[in-house]
Amino acid sequence: MTTVSWSSEPGTSRGPGPFLSVRDLSVEFSTEDGIVHAVDNLSFDLEKGTTLGIVGESGSGKSVTNLAILGLHDPAHTKIGGEIWLEDQELISADRTTMEKLRGNRVAMIFQDPLTALSPFHTIGRQIGEVYRKHKGASKKEARDRAVEMLRRVGIPQPETRVDHYPHEFSGGMRQRAMIAMALVCDPDLLIADEPTTALDVTVQAQILDLLKELQQQFGTAIILITHDLGVVAGTADNVMVMYAGRAAERGTVREVLREPRHPYTWGLLSSMPRLNSSVDVPLMPVRGTPPSLLNPPSGCPFHPRCDYPKLAGPELCFNQRPSISPETGHGDACYLTLEQKRELRTAKTEDHA
Amino acid sequence: MTSYLVRRVAGALVILMIISAITFYLFYAVPRDPARAFCGKICQPETLALIRHNLGMDEPLFVQYWHWLAGIFTGREFVQFGECPAPCLGYSFATQEPVFGAIVDRFPVTLSLTLGASVVILAFGIMTGMIAAWKVGQPLDKIASASSVVGASLQIYFVGPLLAFYLVDTLQLIPRPSYVPITENPLDWFTHLLLPWVVLSIIFTANYTRMTRSQMVEQLAEDYVRTARAKGMSSRSVFFRFAWRGAMIPIVTIFGVDLATLLGGAIITEQTFSLHGIGELAVRAVQNTDLPMLLGVTIVGAAAIVLLNILVDVLYAFIDPRVRLS
Amino acid sequence: MNETLLELKELVKHFPVRGGALIKRQVGAVHAVDGIDLTVGAGETVGLVGESGCGKSTTGRLAARLLEPTTGKVLYQGQDISHNSRRQLKPIRSEIQMIFQDPYSSLNPRHTVGTIIRGPMEVNDINPPGGRKKRVQELLEIVGLNPEHYNRFPHEFSGGQRQRIGIARALALDPKLIIADEPVSALDVSIQAQVVNLLQELQRDLGIAFLFIAHDLAIVRHFSQRVAVMYLGKIVEVGDRESIYERPRHPYTHALLSAVPEPDVSSEPRERIRLAGDVPSPINPPSGCRFRTRCWKAQDKCATEVPPLVRLSGNREGHLTACHFPEAPTTQGEDVVLDPALA
Repeated sequence: MTTVSWSSEPGTSRGPGPFLSVRDLSVEFSTEDGIVHAVDNLSFDLEKGTTLGIVGESGSGKSVTNLAILGLHDPAHTKIGGEIWLEDQELISADRTTMEKLRGNRVAMIFQDPLTALSPFHTIGRQIGEVYRKHKGASKKEARDRAVEMLRRVGIPQPETRVDHYPHEFSGGMRQRAMIAMALVCDPDLLIADEPTTALDVTVQAQILDLLKELQQQFGTAIILITHDLGVVAGTADNVMVMYAGRAAERGTVREVLREPRHPYTWGLLSSMPRLNSSVDVPLMPVRGTPPSLLNPPSGCPFHPRCDYPKLAGPELCFNQRPSISPETGHGDACYLTLEQKRELRTAKTEDHA
Repeated sequence: MTSYLVRRVAGALVILMIISAITFYLFYAVPRDPARAFCGKICQPETLALIRHNLGMDEPLFVQYWHWLAGIFTGREFVQFGECPAPCLGYSFATQEPVFGAIVDRFPVTLSLTLGASVVILAFGIMTGMIAAWKVGQPLDKIASASSVVGASLQIYFVGPLLAFYLVDTLQLIPRPSYVPITENPLDWFTHLLLPWVVLSIIFTANYTRMTRSQMVEQLAEDYVRTARAKGMSSRSVFFRFAWRGAMIPIVTIFGVDLATLLGGAIITEQTFSLHGIGELAVRAVQNTDLPMLLGVTIVGAAAIVLLNILVDVLYAFIDPRVRLS
Repeated sequence: MNETLLELKELVKHFPVRGGALIKRQVGAVHAVDGIDLTVGAGETVGLVGESGCGKSTTGRLAARLLEPTTGKVLYQGQDISHNSRRQLKPIRSEIQMIFQDPYSSLNPRHTVGTIIRGPMEVNDINPPGGRKKRVQELLEIVGLNPEHYNRFPHEFSGGQRQRIGIARALALDPKLIIADEPVSALDVSIQAQVVNLLQELQRDLGIAFLFIAHDLAIVRHFSQRVAVMYLGKIVEVGDRESIYERPRHPYTHALLSAVPEPDVSSEPRERIRLAGDVPSPINPPSGCRFRTRCWKAQDKCATEVPPLVRLSGNREGHLTACHFPEAPTTQGEDVVLDPALA
């Protein structure tokens, strides 16, 4: 595991801004029940060739954020605010053709369930090849050759035969490999992987995560890895952002966040998960309560109804005012407790647990 | 694929046998005696018995049915009518013409009507449904949805004469419906059947509009459609190349089921426009207690439906590679 | 372990696969469960882990006699219930309960919470002292729900709360054994821990035995005193928690454990084994040892001889392993990459 600093590294010859920069992103859906505040004032950066793990539970806004980067939301029911910069291109204001040229080409995505995410009506080869034809103007023959090459690259045996098979003829792990081949066919700069291993068995999950890492080393692709599993992030990502109720709760390098977690929600997530070496005699320490409804998010810090220390920062602060991430760069979290308080609480907590 | 077809055809033959047996049985459950009708007003018991014998009606029901069945494959000899070559469906009690010949004469009319209407239903229904789905929530969608509700509530015997009155008599846009064999003059065949096609397809078309629309909307929310968009496919190609395939699967299935109803509708349409098709034969056979004709019409109609359904299933496998016909 | 509550003996469940031209006939079978032996003692928690298609859910359903075994025996308190009729099973049904994975589909959406939890009492005609309603409210309280929510419908609850309703229903008849089939895998991480804690409290306070079926090795470890590892319809290794997690002998157990992603960035490297490919089809399982097609230690013997599930030298009592070439009692720090695609 290498530690990669959060802000852009000095000394590299790249342009001024980061490769991907999301600024004050907010996403709202209008539904029959009202307006869902799916993402609220979210900012983050991603450097070339690194992996950012976005961790959160269902409804935390982690998937919505990434659909917004690709412009894949339903425009009739969605309101998007803020800016998303991919190098010098702003994506929220970009027109349809620009986005269509970008998708699958510079920015690609893989989804959770490769069985439903691949078209059941077309062969794997055709689904991979058509991306290449669309963006690179390749002929049918070239696209097919490229599909075979991609299948080989992601470790599918007998790619010349498999290229003409349909998704239902593949096993779960092979389907996800094919999905990755499809995403990488145009050598994208950014790959968004939305829970890529959640539907897979643990031994296959390990294979797929290794494959992603290896392909990244070869091609320098930047990866956003969306997951609910901090364990997946630990072995795969450089940086991590923990999301809660559409907002960033904590961000930093994987080492910083997993070793010295600062936000009480991150503490809760970590203490909820049993480990292979944790004591089995003490109960797990879950986060109490349930995630809030985004139709009507809580006032103040969205985590305060489930937080154990909402009064520690002052009688009303957590209840009335939304904390934003501080400090601006590096390891930061959105919580009003002082670093000193957090350190004390955490020490007490681990001693309790041991 | 071949073994699947063999199995399906074998199954179809069993079904046709059951249908003919039931028809046979039901016919004799009706308290009317066709021999008596032949015999005329003053009927001597001996004459009646002779007629019965000549018609083959003096034998047990099971034997009669066996003769009928065997006749289809081997032909049979009638005391009254003489040689009837295979495939023999017997002679009409009422008109004394060979049943098979009568059906062959009329079949093109009904086939033209049904197939033509199918084309109108599928083409028009799917097209309007697609437009509605493309413009979902917009005025065009609402117009398409509203008119499909109106269409579904119309009846053949009401719309038929009404349209005939306006389009044929008043405006003289199209000729009066009749049957011109396609081999004789394809254009006349087309124009003369246009009105019956439209009338027969109105109710069904509305249904297919609604179904196509809802299926398309459902498919557009599927994961693989989202993937296609994430690959940079344009909305148009996502709509017509990806979602379309998925939406067609239930439509094809329902169409297979609807074929029987469509044939029923064709009979009413024939009556409405006085077309001399199978429907007319069927109605007359019922009125005349004409067993051979009734059996013949029933079995040919059933065979057509069963065959078309096999065809639909094969089509299904072509649309959806997950369905393997084995 | 004290008195044996549930005993599975050489249990087999095959699901027929039909095909053929004119007449459909059985052309094969899914070997979902293929001869397993397992016991659950009174008040004991036994974990059953394995990847999808290994037969762990089928085993659970056989143990609850929701399925009838093809061959082999299910013994409950020494009584053979393998082929009992519905009527004969009735008294036993109240003592063995199931909790399912999906809290959304396992509750009838048209019934109130009260009706759902009362259901088992009505079916078995049980009238607790103080009435059924009072008992339901007690149960709601036990599982951490508000007793006043008696008249609410399942859709008014979150996923975790719904799973609590399912648990309350399972508790309604004071069962001796609960078979929990992936009870937390559909829930969010922070909610999973709540439900695991609840189940553990119930187990401790009420002395209920659990057959805990899950794919998450860390949760199984946390919950179960004894653990059985399944692969393609067979148990490959079984033993107490410590034996399985600290001193595993079967290569598959090693591979499973090394594949678990742990949220640690510690410096000491973990054993790293990457298996090639996916689990083979249970319709045509490999001959001999079923794991041999993915095993890095496989030799000719593995293809011809089925390894028996036995106590190996170096194993503790009750720790059984089915392998011809088991790992040494402890291995650490190895880095084995076995996937040709990744090598």
